[in-house]
Amino acid sequence: MTKASIEARGDLRLTRLTKSYGDFTAVDDLTLTIPKGSFFALLGPSGCGKTTTLRMIAGLEEPTAGSIHLGETDITTTKPYQRPINTVFQNYALFPHLTIFENIAFGLRRRGQKDVKEAVDKVLNLVELPHLAERKPTQLSGGQQQRIALARAIVNRPALLLLDEPLGALDLKLRRQMQIELKWIQKEVGLTFVHVTHDQEEAMTMADTIAVMNEGQIEQMGSPADLYDNPETAYVANFLGQSNLIKGTISGNDGDSLIVDLYGQKIALPKNRSHAIDNSTYAGIRPEKFRISLLETPVHGNVLTGGRIEDVSYIGVSTQYQVEMPWGQELMVFEQNDDGVAPFNKGDAVNISWAPTFTFALRGDEDVTAGSEVQPEDIDEE
Amino acid sequence: MGKIRTPYLLLLPGFGFLFTFFILPIINLAQTSTQTKIAGGDTGQYEQTLHFRNYIDAFVENKEQFGRSFLYATIATVLALAIAYPLAYAIAFKAGKYKNLLLVLVVAPFFTSFLLRTIAWKQILGEEGFVVPTLRSLGIISQSTTLTSTSFAVVMGMTYNFLPFMTLPLFASIDRIDPRTLEASGDLYANGLTTFRRVTLPLSMPGVVAGTLLTFIPAAGDYVNAAILGNPNTKMLGNVIESRYFKIVDYPTAAALSFTLMAAILILVTLYIRKAGTEELV
Repeated sequence: MTKASIEARGDLRLTRLTKSYGDFTAVDDLTLTIPKGSFFALLGPSGCGKTTTLRMIAGLEEPTAGSIHLGETDITTTKPYQRPINTVFQNYALFPHLTIFENIAFGLRRRGQKDVKEAVDKVLNLVELPHLAERKPTQLSGGQQQRIALARAIVNRPALLLLDEPLGALDLKLRRQMQIELKWIQKEVGLTFVHVTHDQEEAMTMADTIAVMNEGQIEQMGSPADLYDNPETAYVANFLGQSNLIKGTISGNDGDSLIVDLYGQKIALPKNRSHAIDNSTYAGIRPEKFRISLLETPVHGNVLTGGRIEDVSYIGVSTQYQVEMPWGQELMVFEQNDDGVAPFNKGDAVNISWAPTFTFALRGDEDVTAGSEVQPEDIDEE
Repeated sequence: MGKIRTPYLLLLPGFGFLFTFFILPIINLAQTSTQTKIAGGDTGQYEQTLHFRNYIDAFVENKEQFGRSFLYATIATVLALAIAYPLAYAIAFKAGKYKNLLLVLVVAPFFTSFLLRTIAWKQILGEEGFVVPTLRSLGIISQSTTLTSTSFAVVMGMTYNFLPFMTLPLFASIDRIDPRTLEASGDLYANGLTTFRRVTLPLSMPGVVAGTLLTFIPAAGDYVNAAILGNPNTKMLGNVIESRYFKIVDYPTAAALSFTLMAAILILVTLYIRKAGTEELV
């Protein structure tokens, strides 16, 4: 029994972590540091290796290669029950034969704590379900079970709390509410949370740092705003929200800006948002950053002329336009409905403009469809 | 109104069968159990005298066989549980794609006659079998010890014959356990043994109860194993009832013994379910 491992605290470090099943590599040479006290999300579609990574951290899968450290302690081969790590399972995995109280007390009792009542009551109050202590799990609703699963894990004050698609089984409204609550609880208890999800909105709502995973590797890591405003690859640009990616050529410099030629029209973008490796590039602009204007209206910033409105969908808070450009590409534009009506009609000839700082540039050899056909709804098993 | 009557009509054949082949014979048996010999009558001629002393006489005369029946049945049940639990656990959690094949193999012995399989144990444990020479050469049993016609052989035969009745309910129960609850237990600081004691075993209790009952009840009333694999000193109550009926033609004693056995099993089983029921079955 390694007493040291159960006491381990500190940053979680994954070093060249690899997991293969026969010919299939689920997690491929992954190196990652998760700072103590942070809310960290592993985001990706099903099969990207995020759940396998989580299970290796929990000790439920053995890595094929690489190491896992918690602070200075190597826990790569430590048994799950000797790790100071607790998991909130996707289907909650509550013990059906035990009461809610005993479910929550399970971890405390296993570690030999005699008086568990105070700790269990406290955590039941934290998840606002103190009246359910004597019920059985099957008598609880999905949302209640979810909270009990969380309570059962955090009552142990682990160095690391792992959440495996914890909100996947809840309906949309409850999920949004739990997202806010989870974030609040994480701040309240001050534990490190590692959250695995396929839902980009969920990851962005809760996490301080998001690692976008694709085919067993980390595609990009950063704060939600970083990833959204400055994606480095088409995969990230498409998986987190929607993007307009326009083929172009870098034609010059202007101070901190690059000048890019998009089918004969010149635009500017900040140099620090360019991830191109040569002159060929894709300029990326988020749909809500575009402004549509009629031809005679004067505009500032980057302008693309010659658009024609192909489709208008009014969806309440905004109106979505499909604008066909002279080179045949349809751009997506989201306009806020500030004055309550859609001011443009199908067939209108328009210009599109936006602020240069809202532009990012990807490598010219990217697959612009990467990450966009992924069906985030197809969850469950890796 | 026809709709309300339909379920009762559907129950009718079952009730009819039970009435003819269970209720009527039981009543008949009850009547027989208090009869006495007709004075000066032939062998097998009895009259109703409400002689309840038959019960006491039958019990006192055969209390040794009574005790043996329950002792053997208990040992066989415990052995069958010890063998079947790991087997059922392995089939449920570790067999993967071979799960169904292994289940068929558990049931496969039923394709051969029960009698034949029991007789086969005579050869397995006989002088020419491989068990006795092996045990002798290992020094586990002495050169003069034999295994046929012993209580050991009877218990082995019973354990073997009732093993599928133990394995199947256990499998059904263990197979229903969500493996993630076992992972959750490990995640919550329980090692393998604690996980088994605190999670796996409590969750499989319905199977344990069903399996032990399905083994113990027929084992307590069994007479084939003792008849084929035993000796006169390993007679069980089933053997006594059998010989009273067919050899001695003492119907009242046989009937009284049958009822006493039935009552004893009922009491034991009720106590057992009460006790196991406190474990909060799912």
